[in-house]
Amino acid sequence: MADLQINSESVFNFEQCLKCSVCTVYCPVSAVNPAYPGPKQAGPDGERYRLKNPVFFDENLKKCLNCKRCEVACPQNVKVGDIIQAARMKYSTHKPSLRDRILASTDFVGTMANRFAPIVNMTLAMGLTKSVMHSTIGVDKHRQFPAYSSKRFETWYKRNAKAQQAQYDKQVSYFHGCYVNYNFPKLGQDLVKIMNAVGYGVQLLEKEKCCGVAKIANGLYDQAKKHGNINIESIRKAKEEGRVTLATSSTCCFTIRDEYEHILGLEAADVRESMTLATRFLYHLLDEGKIKLAFRSDYKKRVAYHSACHMERMGWVFYSTELLKMIPGVEFTMLDSQCCGISGTYGFKRENYETSQAIGAGLFKQIKELAPDCVSTDCETCKWQIEMSTGVPVENPICIIADALDVEETIKLNS
Amino acid sequence: MDVKLKNKYDVIVIGGGITGAGTARDCAMRGLSVLLIERFDYAQGATGRNHGLLHSGARYAVTDQESATECIQENMILRKVASHCVEETDGLFITLPEDDLGYQATFVESCQRAGIRADIIDPAEAKILEPSVNPTLIGAVRIPDASIDPFRLTVANVVDARLHGADTLTYHEVTELIIDQTRVVGVKMRDQLTGEMREAYADLTINAAGIWGMLVAKMAGITVNMFPAKGALLIFGHRVNNMVINRCRKPANADILVPDDAVCVIGTTSDRVPIETCDDMKVTDEEVKVLLTEGAQLAPALATTRILRAYAGVRPLVASDNDPSGRSISRGIVTLDHATRDGMEGFVTITGGKMMTYRLMAEMVTDLACKKLGVNKACETATTPLPGSESKKSEETLRTYNFAQKTADGRHGTYTKDIKPADTLESSLVCECEGVSVAEVDYAVNEQNVTNLIDLRRRTRMGMGTCQGQLCACRAAGQLCQGNHAEEAAADLADFVNERWKGMKPVAWGATLNEAQLTAMVYEDLCGLNQFVKEGGKK
Repeated sequence: MADLQINSESVFNFEQCLKCSVCTVYCPVSAVNPAYPGPKQAGPDGERYRLKNPVFFDENLKKCLNCKRCEVACPQNVKVGDIIQAARMKYSTHKPSLRDRILASTDFVGTMANRFAPIVNMTLAMGLTKSVMHSTIGVDKHRQFPAYSSKRFETWYKRNAKAQQAQYDKQVSYFHGCYVNYNFPKLGQDLVKIMNAVGYGVQLLEKEKCCGVAKIANGLYDQAKKHGNINIESIRKAKEEGRVTLATSSTCCFTIRDEYEHILGLEAADVRESMTLATRFLYHLLDEGKIKLAFRSDYKKRVAYHSACHMERMGWVFYSTELLKMIPGVEFTMLDSQCCGISGTYGFKRENYETSQAIGAGLFKQIKELAPDCVSTDCETCKWQIEMSTGVPVENPICIIADALDVEETIKLNS
Repeated sequence: MDVKLKNKYDVIVIGGGITGAGTARDCAMRGLSVLLIERFDYAQGATGRNHGLLHSGARYAVTDQESATECIQENMILRKVASHCVEETDGLFITLPEDDLGYQATFVESCQRAGIRADIIDPAEAKILEPSVNPTLIGAVRIPDASIDPFRLTVANVVDARLHGADTLTYHEVTELIIDQTRVVGVKMRDQLTGEMREAYADLTINAAGIWGMLVAKMAGITVNMFPAKGALLIFGHRVNNMVINRCRKPANADILVPDDAVCVIGTTSDRVPIETCDDMKVTDEEVKVLLTEGAQLAPALATTRILRAYAGVRPLVASDNDPSGRSISRGIVTLDHATRDGMEGFVTITGGKMMTYRLMAEMVTDLACKKLGVNKACETATTPLPGSESKKSEETLRTYNFAQKTADGRHGTYTKDIKPADTLESSLVCECEGVSVAEVDYAVNEQNVTNLIDLRRRTRMGMGTCQGQLCACRAAGQLCQGNHAEEAAADLADFVNERWKGMKPVAWGATLNEAQLTAMVYEDLCGLNQFVKEGGKK
């Protein structure tokens, strides 16, 4: 009889849900905020009724972090998080506020802030500014803003790195993302340093826009689609020219690989596999014996790794942690896998601050007790949250590798 | 609910399906004292085992003008008086390439003659109106079909009968008619829960027991020539369509797809079956195959949509009295006055008909009862709203509700105001798929004659969703027993879970099979529920 239902998997993936509720068990929001219906209710359960009548849409769905831990937990491969995001996109009548627009425009705000970086950084750090933003536009006063750099990564690259890249036979492209460009160029510089040492040239994409994760989260879907298409086109062009595109931000990488297609409905399937995380790319090269790394003997660090939600979703935690463990001077500890609570712009919003900190509480406690030299994670917003909440510095694995790398020896090994 | 019986009633109504419930209401509204007796639970028979389709009558227009006219008239009435049970979806009659497009003209002409609005629309427009429709269609007619919930409709009638003074008994089986020479004066009945025998007396006994009415008539030595016709249906996991989809051809198997609540239902088949099988019908592989194959012709997505369960009901078809062979079968309403027909006073039978025409059937038999009892009061059921349907809430109001309140409003209409969760516990969900809160369970138990989990399911949809009772049944059992009679509650839970499995078994593959296995693991392996299965109970 079953042969009558040839593809018994409906286009509505929620049909595969067995109601086991394990997604709700793993939902960081459900654990601390009873007003959120939980992934099962907000996703598969709610979807059945929304198909009957859009009146069944619940604005509480905006409490979802889009961390996708529900999808990782699901034994039936139901795209619970995607269903929730798609419902918000289709049915929400909530319009993005000024605050939402500012938080979502990481690229525009970054461009402005770069020009006046010292003033902006100082102003954003002032108590008065914080309390004004808190009460006027709803950016929580407890937040520390990531400092803006006065020189953009792109500018540094053009002046200091671009010319040298042509000497390498092998080439990759780099999607640096807003954080590297406007706040923390060192991460991008570190990547160039490592790739050059193992014999790869690093190119920027022809055009790069913000990946759009913050725009999706804040309901600016049309802008996100527009930027998405520009990025896809650039990654496609790099692919045609034989270059894989690397990212150092797990969230940018995840958004481009999965959210473009699943949430925004963009056609990105052909570029999905040529977009990857730098640590994963390096791991595969090492594993296949195509490159070798040499590390400084004087490098010593106690590193605790935090697995960001989107790293968990991609299933790539392994690559970053294995690389860190290869460094002889690293004393490695794996932190329990739990959400830090920031979820991009979510934790910056006044109404979410308490939820955000409650979600991260367990993680912060573990870090404080462990007191490592640094925490390592592949996500920049986790970095801000953990630094603010624990005082422990947070480093991207690429930065740790770059710091520990014996550049001259590595170049020798790979030439 | 313990009912103290009156010494004598004006009317006893046998059968708590939609016909009996509607008759009890009509009689009570006309001032008669009424006792309604149901063998099991309301809507347990044919009433709860059909499409949930508020026919426009279009299906019968070509072959049976009388039924078609009755349908469209009742359709328009029920939209008004039973608004909380009706979802005004409209429907399509589609012509596929292998069908005769010439039939469409005959069909439309017949509809119009019966007073049914029938607009021929462009197939392209049909695809926009109902994106799930078979895209190869070559013709489409839009007609005023709608979706109706038979459980709500029946219970609303019972509630109103009670509000008008009627007494009602569930789980009481009539075992004997008390006959004084040539007059039925009352009934003997067995309380199915306690085994106790009881008697009740009335000037008139109305047999409204559907197909089982032939057995009731037999108790008075009267033969009513009925032919049980089994109809099987499949329920899908979500709404594929938001409009009713019919095939524009001579009525055949599996040619109606109805959106009901959060699911959709394809049906039916039609096969004569012996009366002995009517209490426990099983859906066969062959029936599932026909339903799925034909259903996918209406909406191709059915071929890839999870099937929640299969079920079957029995149409009470009646042979004309002048045709004992049974070849001339009517789907029309049959009112039998056994005084004139068989010389038995105090006894009438109302049968035939359809759920669609229950109100008209009730009106006809109540008119007869009033005439016999010398009561002169006109029928008001065509204009008086049922409890719950007095008014409809705006979308703005609904938007402010939580999930459980929204779904409860669909089930109880204006009576949702009586479901008042006092705290977080009471507003928490018992059934997550269908949004049934603790408070709604309590309301159903206190106000709607719920004695077990299966009754609760009919009142609230608890256990009717995707998981088919996997999560909710256990919680509901706890809520129902409140810590008392734990063994009986566990046995009730076992019955409920087994009843759910019965419907899943014919379609147990893919996600439905996985679901059933998970349920079995939870209830059998983890909870050891098997030890509570009653002696002789189903495993």
